[in-house]
Amino acid sequence: MPHRLHMAGDAGWLGHIRSRRFLLLLPALTLLAMLGPVFAGLWGTLLPAFGHLPAAGQIGASLDPFRDLVAWPGLPRAMLLSVTTGLLATSISLAIVMLVTAGWSGTRAFRLLERLLSPLLSLPHAAAAFGLAFLIAPSGWLSRLLSPGLTGWERPPDWLIVQDNWGLTMTAGLIVKEVPFLLLITLAALGQADARRSVTVAQALGYGRVTGWLKTVFPRVYAQIRPPVYVVLAYAMSVVDVAVILGPNTPPPLSVQIVKWMSDPDLAMRLEGAAGALVQLALVVGALAFWRVGEWVVARLGRRWIASGARGRFDPLVARLALLSGAACALAVLLGLGVLAIWSFAGFWGFPDALPDQFTWRNWMRFGPGTQEAMIETALIAIVAASVALILTIGCLEAEYRYGLTFSRRAVWLLYLPLLIPQTAFLPGLQTLMLNIGADAGRLPVILAHLVFVLPYVFLSLADPYRAWDTRIGTIAAALRASPNGVLWRVRLPMLLRPILTALAVGLAVSVGQYLATLLIGGGRVATLTTEAVALASGGDRRAIAVYGLMQTGAALVPFALALLIPALVWRNRQGLRHG
Amino acid sequence: MKHLALLAALLAPVPALADINPADWDAVTAEAEGQTVFWNAWGGSTTTNDFIAWVGQRVMEDYGVTLEHVKLTDTADAVTRVLSEKQAGEDDDGAVDMIWINGANFAAMKEADLLFGPYAEQLPNWAFVDVEGKTVQTDFTVPTEGFESPWAMAQVVFIHDTADIPAPLGDMNAILEWSAANPGRFTYPQPPDFLGTTFLKQALVDLMDDPSALATPATDENYDAVTEPLWTFLDALTPTLWRAGRAYPATGPAQLQLIADGEVDLAVSFSPGEATAAIANNQLPDTVRTFVLDKGTIGNASFVAIPYNSGSKAGAMVVANFLMSPEAQARAQDPNILGYGTVLDMDALSADDRALFDALDLGIATLSPAELGTVQAEPHPSWMTRIADDWMNRYGVAQ
Repeated sequence: MPHRLHMAGDAGWLGHIRSRRFLLLLPALTLLAMLGPVFAGLWGTLLPAFGHLPAAGQIGASLDPFRDLVAWPGLPRAMLLSVTTGLLATSISLAIVMLVTAGWSGTRAFRLLERLLSPLLSLPHAAAAFGLAFLIAPSGWLSRLLSPGLTGWERPPDWLIVQDNWGLTMTAGLIVKEVPFLLLITLAALGQADARRSVTVAQALGYGRVTGWLKTVFPRVYAQIRPPVYVVLAYAMSVVDVAVILGPNTPPPLSVQIVKWMSDPDLAMRLEGAAGALVQLALVVGALAFWRVGEWVVARLGRRWIASGARGRFDPLVARLALLSGAACALAVLLGLGVLAIWSFAGFWGFPDALPDQFTWRNWMRFGPGTQEAMIETALIAIVAASVALILTIGCLEAEYRYGLTFSRRAVWLLYLPLLIPQTAFLPGLQTLMLNIGADAGRLPVILAHLVFVLPYVFLSLADPYRAWDTRIGTIAAALRASPNGVLWRVRLPMLLRPILTALAVGLAVSVGQYLATLLIGGGRVATLTTEAVALASGGDRRAIAVYGLMQTGAALVPFALALLIPALVWRNRQGLRHG
Repeated sequence: MKHLALLAALLAPVPALADINPADWDAVTAEAEGQTVFWNAWGGSTTTNDFIAWVGQRVMEDYGVTLEHVKLTDTADAVTRVLSEKQAGEDDDGAVDMIWINGANFAAMKEADLLFGPYAEQLPNWAFVDVEGKTVQTDFTVPTEGFESPWAMAQVVFIHDTADIPAPLGDMNAILEWSAANPGRFTYPQPPDFLGTTFLKQALVDLMDDPSALATPATDENYDAVTEPLWTFLDALTPTLWRAGRAYPATGPAQLQLIADGEVDLAVSFSPGEATAAIANNQLPDTVRTFVLDKGTIGNASFVAIPYNSGSKAGAMVVANFLMSPEAQARAQDPNILGYGTVLDMDALSADDRALFDALDLGIATLSPAELGTVQAEPHPSWMTRIADDWMNRYGVAQ
């Protein structure tokens, strides 16, 4: 064998060895980039949670932090809020996406909705939350449009809509953002699920559109989108920025309270915060387990339902309701964006005027220069982090394909750890670690910290489509004397262009939206659009928030537009690859 | 080998850099040139942010110092940052070079030896500071001892929309009566927000016949009895608040939006010129005015402090000194810019510098120094900490 390879030329042979070694190294590198900081950070959380924080003069193991935590009167409600918002937001957004896809995929209405929703994915959570708040508050735009004509209100009613004690507005804010996310992930998965033919067969057998899709396509699609769904659940339970803007504050959800404790000037409060972080971690793990059991129950019931042969009498009604909900999500975010745009140009705008007294450039003149600097910083960090993540991800997946370096089913969970562990649990500990190794503040550590979050998202987005690729095509290409690299570059990657670009866009959006990681690891020295916007948020200046929110949206909009546009352009004369 | 040498150099204990002497101003300005100062200051007010950006331009022009505004949501973040740096042994070039600070955060940092100084009273512009008439050498009763330098005076005023509240309300009980008669039209920022706890302190000071007990630290013995009138007042007030006290605005400026939206008619502010500036920025209707309580209101100074581990102490001192210059002070007092009170003594200024201040039109919603009346002293920080904690347990977890 070596002899033959040698004949093929030294360079090729060496190159092969080198690329093999490099490829084998990538999975280890990836795991290190993702998990090193997480475990170090957790360690930094675990110690104070059990009373060990020498800096605060606390030595040794004790359960006092947990005792203090339990003594906080807001704890039960804060925990409940975390669980209810997480489960509600995840199940409702998943239901909307599945039913809309079931009832309408392939139709003109669906394409319209897809076109409306996809760009919204890029909208940072904070900006969407602001838009929603500006829209539905008692003094929001909806109320202004209807007042005083229809409502008779000369002043906004004293209703607790935003920041309601049950976190319903916050849940709604999460849903309108998660629906586009899940829809895009579903679209990426649909290409692998052979949906159209399945539904055609089911319909030929007399099944309704929705029922036929749910019975034949849903199990396959869900298997592919399951990781992102778990991520949505974990995220919705521990989100900070949306909770600050839309969530209750008497008491706030647990995650917000943890951040408050962690930033208290009294170091001893960090002990309580660390204990809270562990509780948050346990809640997330518990909710994921609950969801897993739910999946099992749904699967059992689903099989029975499939066997029953019900054809779906209520399909048209269900489909219409789902479309309505999907459209409502799109409309809420779009109108929210609209009202952000109006505020960014608003002069004085009192209630109940539907529009400002006058429009002015003043706000953009004031905040524009600041946003530009932040925009450059944001883009730099996001592009580097997302590109590195994409390269590592493709490397891992390719190593897995070529050398069978497959993660065992259980080991796959390692990939999700950074997303399933609440950020508030390990970021402060991570900050201490980075200080210890001298990687204090600055852009590079922030990029590395972003990578912890970006990598899993990119991996989650890409792994299933990548693995679902028909390897027989690779076999054929190899039979046509294509080298493994040739198969990768000339067959596999082009065929997977759409999921790859989607993954890249997800990575960019994740990086753009990072708040805590940027703030803590950057030591406040790295100012991105998100940290600037959230800092402004506490001041409630709607004009400033609007300008920053729109700039944030712009920063993330472009990649997603490209993720949809490029495959369509590149494959305009390759019908079969357009949905790949 | 080269790497080994580098490693050895990195591992060798770094001799503590001799800290620069603040009194040697020429040396300070010489060292400051080319330094970058990361000023950690609350970033929630767009007018303040604009002012800080202007300061950055000016110190660049005059001293070659680059000023970066690190916009905080909570000053405690910067304090935490310095603490964790000390914990990690980062003693020479921390991320924070200067903090906008006062009250409990200053007390905590000074107590923990996290501050550089004393430096404030050696700065050249200290000569203009009104040491006699303004509380610039104590911060919430804690002596500053030169570990922070003042740059703005603040005093509590109430912002009211004259379209709804034509006349000022004279004391806290008048505010309670008005709120009871107009439920849902008053609120205050949620403690532990700085302004929210200030409102609580203001209420307590106004409700007490003799607030002298607040000048010394709170004790377990006197705390309950002293604060009792406050809780009685709040128990009566809370159900009449905006959203019945089930939600609160996060910060002071968030109240301005509520007034502009017509949701509330009355807001507390710690900056006498804030209302005028907000009218100029279209954030408030021009029917808004301000008032103070009959017995006067709480006032204090805003300071800047330099962490012990700043790598740009000279640059930070240059900025701190510039903040006390007549030029910066006059600009800060301009209601179209910031509307903050000056820390300077008008009599100590040259005629030209005084003219800068005389030329200012304070604006329609700003009270004159005479109208601002008596300035009441800040209570000792221990009161604020305990009251804020208590408030959170009583009202912060309401349902």
